[in-house]
Amino acid sequence: MYRETQILKAVPSNIANDFDDNNEMIINVGPQHPSTHGVLHLVITLSGETIKNVEPHLGYIHRSIEKMCESLSYRQFIYVTSRMDYLSSHINNHGCALCVEKGLQIEVPARAKVIRVLMDELTRLASHQLWWGAMAMDVGALTPFFHAFRERETINDIMEETCGARLTMNYMVPGGVMVDLHPNFQTKTKEFIALFKSKIDEYDELVTGNIIFQNRMKDVGVLSKEDAISYGCTGPTARASSVSCDIRKLYPYEVYNQLQFDEVIETGGDCYSRYLVRMREMRQSLSIVEQLIDNIPEGEFQAKTKAVLKLPKGEFYSRIETARGEFGVYIISEGATTPYRIKFRSPGFSNLSALNHMAKGYKIGDLVAIMGSLDLVIPDIDR
Amino acid sequence: MSNEELKIKLSELFPSAVFEEGGEWLTFLVEPTNWKTIAQQLRSSNDFDYLFCVTGVDWKTHLTMVYHLTSTTHRHTLVIKSKLDRNNPEIETVSDIWRTAEFHEREAYDLFGVKFLNHPDLRRLFMTDDWKGWPLRKDYEDPINMIKL
Repeated sequence: MYRETQILKAVPSNIANDFDDNNEMIINVGPQHPSTHGVLHLVITLSGETIKNVEPHLGYIHRSIEKMCESLSYRQFIYVTSRMDYLSSHINNHGCALCVEKGLQIEVPARAKVIRVLMDELTRLASHQLWWGAMAMDVGALTPFFHAFRERETINDIMEETCGARLTMNYMVPGGVMVDLHPNFQTKTKEFIALFKSKIDEYDELVTGNIIFQNRMKDVGVLSKEDAISYGCTGPTARASSVSCDIRKLYPYEVYNQLQFDEVIETGGDCYSRYLVRMREMRQSLSIVEQLIDNIPEGEFQAKTKAVLKLPKGEFYSRIETARGEFGVYIISEGATTPYRIKFRSPGFSNLSALNHMAKGYKIGDLVAIMGSLDLVIPDIDR
Repeated sequence: MSNEELKIKLSELFPSAVFEEGGEWLTFLVEPTNWKTIAQQLRSSNDFDYLFCVTGVDWKTHLTMVYHLTSTTHRHTLVIKSKLDRNNPEIETVSDIWRTAEFHEREAYDLFGVKFLNHPDLRRLFMTDDWKGWPLRKDYEDPINMIKL
């Protein structure tokens, strides 16, 4: 039978036990706090400086997107999902489009498939860049944040030209993508690849090897493989605990099975491993973009679909790998123009549920590093 | 393992098992009273260690709890459905078997009003503690916060 792993903590238990229960202190972090990266409220029980319990209070930006989707048509509901995980809005849209296509058995043209993968990987890069800047800032280094935003800006410019938006793109539609690529797309993306290849080495020099940074990250927030699976963790969080869970490899969609890339896995399970996974993933994404940018097939960018989409009666589930992990769309259709019930399985929600287990026994200062390494996006959790 | 093989294997383990056809994955219908024992057996003997989606559905006449399970070693997926009484929905918690269920069950309680027996901390998750009603049920009305299209 499964048991939670007891991790040997850096703090000897006899020191932690010096404080009896009367000395417990409860402090609130958030809802407005720089390290929560959004409106997340944590109630922390402390004994001295040692964390005894972390309880997340959610719902400050709960919009009930699932209820909203029940009154929107299959074309409309995709736009709401950009507002969940706003850092990988492309991939959210993609997951929903995949689910609708699965229900209607639409064959997506080859050009649209490649464009979608290109956009997904650029989004993943932008998301990881922002995370890298914020992560370094959380543990006290302010400069990397500006470096990260400088490079992220070039991706945003590429997105803006083709999709017309910088954050909530709404570019994927059932059957393909909304418009064809901008004529500048290829040159600009190639410029970005050349630029970022040197920059990512700079990132490593600036932060990865830094001894202060490593001391803050190593052996902090350890999550074992069994716990990562049991808590439903996915994405870089689980892959740092040596769980193989990359949907792009396990259940390939679009053209991922024709591409050369590795599933990045680390075995440490601590904050530093999670950091390394994301850093190596950036290089993998860059290589995917490089493989595809000169090989975009000619042809249609959107399959011909009916003006009003009606999914047949039944249940459809599609899964996709966002920058944070497995994003699932579960549609129950009664054959009408709107879904009867939609459930979004958001990666951040499950990753957050492991926070208490990861943070217990560490110092309060480590909590910031642990939360930073989880890469939480609050609208994705609250929905 | 394909759906058919999984079905044969599960029928041996649970002779009275009822399955639903037609979906992408094999769907196993369980009674809410048996769910805990079945869950324990699925976890221990079939390596269903990864619970990736827990949700409720309001069918107006009854509620259904839907659990999506995957085995990370064998890569087969199973869907569990359990029909609950709409006026008094009760089902055993599985949060001690799959730890992720603790949060997911709190979400289902918050939005559907499903009571999970023996859950360690069954409180509202997204809504405030004094919220009235179960927002994702079909007959839920809120004149202030709901915009009807």
